[in-house]
Amino acid sequence: MVGVRSYGGYIPRYRLNRMVIFGSMGWLNPANIMSAQGEKAVANFDEDSVTMAVSAAMDCVDGMDRSDLDGVYFASTTSSYKERLAANLIAGALGTSESIRTADFAGGLKSGTTALLAALDAAAAGTAKNVVVAAADCRLAKMASPQELMFGDGAAALLVSDKDVIAEYKGCFSTGHDFVDHMRGAEAKYDRQWEERWIRDVGFGQFIPEAIAGLCEKTGTQISDYSKVIYPCYYGGARKAINKKLGLAPEQVQDNMQAIVGDTGSAQSLTMFVAALEQAQPGDKLMLISYGSGCDALAFEVTDAIKKMPKRRGIAGSLARRADLDNYVKYLTWREMVPVELGLRGEENKWTRWSLMWREHKSVLGFVGTKCTACGTQQFPPQRICVHPECGVVDQSEPVYLADKGGNIFSFTSDMLAATINPPAIYGAVNINGGGKYILDFTDCTLDDIKVGGPVDFSFRVKYRDRARDITNYFWKAVPATEEA
Amino acid sequence: MAEGIRDKVVILGMGCTKFGERWEASPEDLAVEAFIECLEDAQIAKKDIQAAWLGSHIDEINIGKGGNFLGAALKLPYIPVTRTENFCASGTEAFRGACYGVASGAYDIAIAQGVEKLKDTGYGGLPDSPAFGQYQAMFGPNATAPGLFAQLATGYSAKYNVPMDKIKEAIAHISWKSHQNGVNNPRAHLRKAIPIEQIMGAPMIAYPLGLFDCCGVSDGSACAIVTTPEIAKKIKPDAEQVKVKALQIAVSSGAETYYTEWDGAGMVTTQKASQRAYDEAGIKNPREEISMMEVHDCFSITEFCTMEDLHISAPGTAADDILAGFYDLDGQIPCQPDGGLKCFGHPIGASGLRMLFEMYNQLLGRWPEERQVKNPKYGLTHNLGGVPNQNVCSIAIVGKD
Repeated sequence: MVGVRSYGGYIPRYRLNRMVIFGSMGWLNPANIMSAQGEKAVANFDEDSVTMAVSAAMDCVDGMDRSDLDGVYFASTTSSYKERLAANLIAGALGTSESIRTADFAGGLKSGTTALLAALDAAAAGTAKNVVVAAADCRLAKMASPQELMFGDGAAALLVSDKDVIAEYKGCFSTGHDFVDHMRGAEAKYDRQWEERWIRDVGFGQFIPEAIAGLCEKTGTQISDYSKVIYPCYYGGARKAINKKLGLAPEQVQDNMQAIVGDTGSAQSLTMFVAALEQAQPGDKLMLISYGSGCDALAFEVTDAIKKMPKRRGIAGSLARRADLDNYVKYLTWREMVPVELGLRGEENKWTRWSLMWREHKSVLGFVGTKCTACGTQQFPPQRICVHPECGVVDQSEPVYLADKGGNIFSFTSDMLAATINPPAIYGAVNINGGGKYILDFTDCTLDDIKVGGPVDFSFRVKYRDRARDITNYFWKAVPATEEA
Repeated sequence: MAEGIRDKVVILGMGCTKFGERWEASPEDLAVEAFIECLEDAQIAKKDIQAAWLGSHIDEINIGKGGNFLGAALKLPYIPVTRTENFCASGTEAFRGACYGVASGAYDIAIAQGVEKLKDTGYGGLPDSPAFGQYQAMFGPNATAPGLFAQLATGYSAKYNVPMDKIKEAIAHISWKSHQNGVNNPRAHLRKAIPIEQIMGAPMIAYPLGLFDCCGVSDGSACAIVTTPEIAKKIKPDAEQVKVKALQIAVSSGAETYYTEWDGAGMVTTQKASQRAYDEAGIKNPREEISMMEVHDCFSITEFCTMEDLHISAPGTAADDILAGFYDLDGQIPCQPDGGLKCFGHPIGASGLRMLFEMYNQLLGRWPEERQVKNPKYGLTHNLGGVPNQNVCSIAIVGKD
């Protein structure tokens, strides 16, 4: 049996009320009031598609043996690199072996399900046994554009396997259309869309039913067989029309989270799928459809194993972990859409030495330290000579993956002098669970959230961006546990 | 068996520039200014100097690497010049080199000079240089010096259960006291008394450190000419001698950074180096025997913790001593009688020698009455370079017989 073995989700903590956007930019495009309801999820200043995909993937494989993973597929139209495979960054962050199949899927918003299909095909063919599929997007839209209100940031991850499957894969149907409703050229920073009436009527209105019909025919099923039909469409009116055309009962329709997250691009149908799995019961039939440059439609049937799957933060947990971003210009600043003055300190160079980075890549990507085999002391970064004052043995250690260990706060501060687009820079020393201490940046928090001894999780984040050389680099930060709003 | 440095070296003369935003002065100007004063004080000629040590830290911005800067600036006649760089201990390291050169018998007379010009950086605080190498950018936090030192406050508060409000009050007293002392010092950069309320209410730089908890950034140079007691006696037959009693350096072992035992409430290096220095100087009870100190108050919290690290205030009691005025100019052990880094700023390579300049002149009773420490016997200087969990500490004790 081939299918989905585990799932994970990630919606960033900060949410921007659409009326805050409209309040700033509505004067330029008053018609946007039609879309200015609810809120959208916004990646923090140190998040991007790669980091969100890591967060979802970490959730997906939480507690699992990473040496079982033999594939990592990443789907996004907003990877931080054209050349530098993001799937390798994700694999590194997950602490997988490097004898692994990695691939990035891009180009269209259906890339998330296309990556999923590639993983399912590999599992079915027996060429891979446990493939992580992570999809994320963080698309930029121009100020005052309709897309600025529609788009949201988020990620989903699925573990595809041939064992312990919670949702069995039952078949697929795909279409490919050079239907340019949205596009970005090779150098474009912002989305450009064609007329919305055309997107609504020809795009969603025709392609979604076409894909559903194709899948039903191919799998010999009826749409009424499915307990959830999961398809993206950010136009509320068009969704109603499609539901009516398909004859879907209200309980069959999976919510698209447009009111609370926004459209997450390549991750959209997969975040909805994860949300559906969080509620699914054995025997449920789920239909998953993606949209963008064509459609993929996939059929799944939930198995008894879903009852035994350990709880994930998932989409529901991410949604509960929220904080308001009540400042539109801060959002623009985080996304580097407006020039801001960081002072002369902010002009200092951040050099990336790739040979050095390769030598240390396991520590950078996977937060890998060492554990002394003589005295058991865990330490980071890796040390040749054991740091325990009474031990000091040389070269007697094994690598230890620290990214999922968490820790507690030893000391902290909140720094107004450090150059950052999100002042103050909050950081402090963290005692890593199991041993070792390190000074880390803190994120997704304010000074009020922090106290000595308080617990933290580690989160893979953008360490710095070097715009002169178009380099984004990553490392782990500490996320203090916060009171949920 | 090693004997240590005690009583083998005498400070023959010293010089020190005015510290401050010396927009008009190049590093060469600063070096010459301190050197001329030092040479006159030592009552020797340039040709009598046989070897030189130069302390500086941020070489990229001011003087470049190596010892060439000093040779060329002072027109030293092809003598050895060695540059020492060891974070904020760089100046004291230069002094140590010169002292060891003389004590070993290799040279009769040597000079140690510290020079640093920071004000061409273009911004406040120390330059954002990769002080711990490239790994810092890859692994390290987006941190500055105040933020890294500020964490001593949270660590100390947690260890001794001293409320942050009391720590804040004590560190405000530290800065208040140093500003009081700096007012009367013509060489200080900042010469203004600051009311305690203004210190407490100042904008936050790095929690819980406000603006007045941070030392300034400035330009400056200081130097010392050293020789043996015998030669000093020949050059200045009637002068009182200021002798080197102890010189100690301690560098972090990595345990504070990578191991979990360190309490984060003080500097292990200072605890070790000061004990070794007392042993070297023959001091049994520093609280009773040390007459005055210049310690490394890069931030008020550093001075706060240092009072315990030097084994003068008992663990957990620094705030009580500080608030009782124990370290004020009229207290039992005046600390920062010249105003400290707080008022002088911190041109890194020069600071250690600037501190020794103050101790030397205090011991010789040369200052006006309002800032002269009464009958001092031992003066201690202390530098702490790097960050609390990974640093170098230097301690020098100078004194009269």
